[in-house]
Amino acid sequence: MAVERLLKDEATEEKGDRARMASFVGAMAIADVVKTTLGPKGMDKILQSTGRGRSVTVTNDGATILKSLHIDNPAAKVLVDISKVQDDEVGDGTTSVVVLAGELLREAEKLVNAKIHPMTIIAGYRMAAECARNVLLQKAMDNKQDPEKFTSDLMNIAMTTLSSKILSQDKEHFAKLAVDAVLRLKGSTNLDAIQIIKKAGGSLKDSFLDEGFILDKKIGIGQPKCIENAKILVANTAMDTDKVKIYGARVRVDSMARVAEIEGAEKEKMREKVQKIIAHGINCFVNRQLIYNFPEELFADAGILAIEHADFDGIERLALVTGGEIASTFDNPESVKLGHCKLIEEIMIGEDKLIHFSGVEMGQACTIVLRGASSHVLDEAERSLHDALCVLSQTVNDSRVLLGGGWPEMLMAKEVDELARKTPGKKAHAIEAFSRALQAIPTIIADNAGLDSAELISQLRAEHHKERTNAGIDVISGGVGDMEKLGISESFKVKQAVLLSATEAAEMILRVDEIITCAPRKREDRM
Amino acid sequence: MALAFDEYGRPFIILKEQERKSRLRGLEAQKANISAGKAVARILRTSLGPKGMDKMLQSPDGDVTITNDGATILEQMDVNNQIAKLMVELSRSQDCEIGDGTTGVVVVAGALLEQAEKLLERGIHPIWIAEGYEMASRIAVEHLERISQKFEFSVSNIEPLVQTCMTTLSSKIVNRCKRMLAEIAVKAVLAVADLERKDVNLDLIKIEGKVGGKLEDTELIYGITVDKEMSHPQMPKRIEDAKIAILTCPFEPPKPKTKHKVDIDTVEKFQTLRQQEQKYFDDMVQKCKDVGATLIICQWGFDDEANHLLMHRNLPAVRWVGGVELELIAIATGGRIVPRFQELTPEKLGRAGLVREKSFGTTKDRMLYIEQCANSRAVTIFIRGGNKMVIEETKRSLHDALCVARNLIRNNSIVYGGGSAEISCSIAVEAAADRYPGVEQYAIRSFAEALDSIPMALAENSGLQLIDTLTAVKSQQIKENNPYCGIDCNDVGTNNMQEQNVFETLIGKQQQILLATQVVKMILKIDDVITPSDY
Repeated sequence: MAVERLLKDEATEEKGDRARMASFVGAMAIADVVKTTLGPKGMDKILQSTGRGRSVTVTNDGATILKSLHIDNPAAKVLVDISKVQDDEVGDGTTSVVVLAGELLREAEKLVNAKIHPMTIIAGYRMAAECARNVLLQKAMDNKQDPEKFTSDLMNIAMTTLSSKILSQDKEHFAKLAVDAVLRLKGSTNLDAIQIIKKAGGSLKDSFLDEGFILDKKIGIGQPKCIENAKILVANTAMDTDKVKIYGARVRVDSMARVAEIEGAEKEKMREKVQKIIAHGINCFVNRQLIYNFPEELFADAGILAIEHADFDGIERLALVTGGEIASTFDNPESVKLGHCKLIEEIMIGEDKLIHFSGVEMGQACTIVLRGASSHVLDEAERSLHDALCVLSQTVNDSRVLLGGGWPEMLMAKEVDELARKTPGKKAHAIEAFSRALQAIPTIIADNAGLDSAELISQLRAEHHKERTNAGIDVISGGVGDMEKLGISESFKVKQAVLLSATEAAEMILRVDEIITCAPRKREDRM
Repeated sequence: MALAFDEYGRPFIILKEQERKSRLRGLEAQKANISAGKAVARILRTSLGPKGMDKMLQSPDGDVTITNDGATILEQMDVNNQIAKLMVELSRSQDCEIGDGTTGVVVVAGALLEQAEKLLERGIHPIWIAEGYEMASRIAVEHLERISQKFEFSVSNIEPLVQTCMTTLSSKIVNRCKRMLAEIAVKAVLAVADLERKDVNLDLIKIEGKVGGKLEDTELIYGITVDKEMSHPQMPKRIEDAKIAILTCPFEPPKPKTKHKVDIDTVEKFQTLRQQEQKYFDDMVQKCKDVGATLIICQWGFDDEANHLLMHRNLPAVRWVGGVELELIAIATGGRIVPRFQELTPEKLGRAGLVREKSFGTTKDRMLYIEQCANSRAVTIFIRGGNKMVIEETKRSLHDALCVARNLIRNNSIVYGGGSAEISCSIAVEAAADRYPGVEQYAIRSFAEALDSIPMALAENSGLQLIDTLTAVKSQQIKENNPYCGIDCNDVGTNNMQEQNVFETLIGKQQQILLATQVVKMILKIDDVITPSDY
């Protein structure tokens, strides 16, 4: 008697060791993909999309790489997901988290082969993770009280983050840009207020931070190109044909003359609206929607600068910088808050004309203009800068800082080793394995930089057995260096998130003893 | 395949398209069914208990779920076999009725089928087996009632409830912070429970999840969270002592259902229409302002003009709030849902102590918290976690824990876990078997053996010696007359479940045995399976 098939055709089921094997292999493969991008000497990847145009992305950002991969292995998907979450939550460390999770699983595989039950491994990993976290908590430095030191911390963090990216040549320049931009936010994590404009041409060094606000729009024809002491009305209203919104309204006429009359009334209505807008006493009008020629002409007559079709983010940001409110009705000019700025002018960046608002009231928002040789460079620069901005804005809120260059990993590994020695039972093996996985990160950084990792790590370990050491890998000189002197810092929040989510993901994958894959949904065959 | 033949051996055509259907009958059908049922149980067996493993499931669209919740596994497995589908149903009905023990019920059913197979081979008719099982299940349920204990809890003493929820959570991936989650679950249930009627409406507990942060950041909010933001970016992000107008009408010009046309044929009409339109918006906003609302929550969208007017009059507003959330907000704030502006009155406004917008992480995710509500009978559990799968699994685990807490409020009897209740039942059923004359005796004995499968699975998953552990526990139970001895899965050193604080609800356990028996009876009674065969 044959056992009937339980599952639908094409569905597959893998059990026990095979399932575990499949997830280990998948997870490690993913970790290996991004492994070479880790660290200041990490390499980039080229991603070619399958869509039309076969567009190419060159990147070093773990989350971007993994997002673009089409993965079938379910365990690998878990890793991609943690990397994505890391990106959303803290912005940086997207590669580290995947590599650490991969290393944890690699160690776990060895233990499973040595006949240690996954649950024991999980118990050990948990203890180790808790211990490692406590070490981080103890060793984190908080310089919130000392603004000068705090700023230098931020600079260091930004430089460390940027050093692994394409911007590393000009990292000081960009770190300064990022720190300035974030400090202007005054503790808010709303990165929307920082606008990044990419313009091809020039070199990366020509990128700059603008205190004011730059809108990528053109000024209407016949309107002033330059306004001093501008009063700005930011609006979201229809300036094409102001439709009657009452449902079912339609125009029914019986002669051509009537049509003209109605048209006249419409025009009159628009004229009235424009008059009302002008009555606010403004000299600049920015609308989210289109402005048709007729009202534009009216504005030009009144000497008002009218800017049409600013997208929603632009409007919001503009409202934020100039301190005005976004208006949609214009009946009470006295109570509408207008935005102010010292000077509006048209500027040229490369070949494009942009509108520049300077001397704005609220200093919160700012614009970073990126210049670079090609659109790929610009894209990657934007991603890198985004990472740095994210990390910085998170650090402003949680100002604890750690040293970089493998220093925290070595510290954690040392403490975890201690713990392993004290723990009786099989769990100790798992704890030891955890410490080995932690040490793998500095090893990979060293390997990527073409250094002798075995030599370096053992030196580093010896160094870490002394009390209060700041030793880490100095990739530039190729030896062990004092991280504090070198100014390599990382945000505590990022490191903690890496540690916790990597452990969580590894635990999750370890707990699995069966994989059931449903038959893929059939695509309708097109004729 | 033929069903019947005439005297010349030619088949009668009875079924439609008879040739294309495959048919199994008699013992063969029963055995095939049993083996299918067993196969399902075998998959779930390793997920049982605190050391149970998880399953990774990939859906047809490629989404990954990692879980050890029996009902979820079976539901997503996409089974094809009819009997396996019955088992899926079984686990689902346990999920609907009790919420917890969805794995256990399938394992019991599988064990019962396995025992039935042996009896069938001895030539015992399936009906007798079914009868015997029925009797045995009655004995077991009565016995459970006898060994159960009532335990007292009150709003001030929630410890017993927390302990029971912890037993449920300990088999899930979240067992790292089971204590915290159990407390959250119990507090949430107590907040919405009607202790006099002993009723809990779990719909009032909203479970929200957001990736990022860590599991420890999970919190219980005495209020509602809405995944929306203020309609205008410049509205205040924090409102204290909010008076909330809950509307289900859009801030847009009216759209009568009947078909109509407004004809414009003169300039005057055009102008009056325009003025009317403006007045209409103005009226809407003014009405809200007049009743004293300080926050408007609306199910529909806003026109740009209305939005600005709201902003202008300093009336923060939230748009496109879902119907369910709207209802919860109404319950929590004690407000009424108002379908028309004309019907707004000050009494219909809801009240909340604090409404604030909170942003997460580096993306522009924002959520609205409505807290310190007039009536705190609706609560939200807000889960954080490292990745999507963890959050989904935490949601399921919390759902289980909530159900357990609810069951305890309905009926505060508990039995002890760790397999102790099953072993005790097994002993009682075994002893009772001798009193029954007839073939049923065999079935009842088999039932007792099947009950042992739960402690066996627990021991197996915990890596203990199967037979040694089980026999030791069993003899201890009989020797000491102590029904609280179970399997020591966590290696604590005692197998007295009373000391380990491992509880399960009485109704959960009873339901498990009853449901499993029913399904097994149904499967046993099938002696003919006709399926359209694939061609």
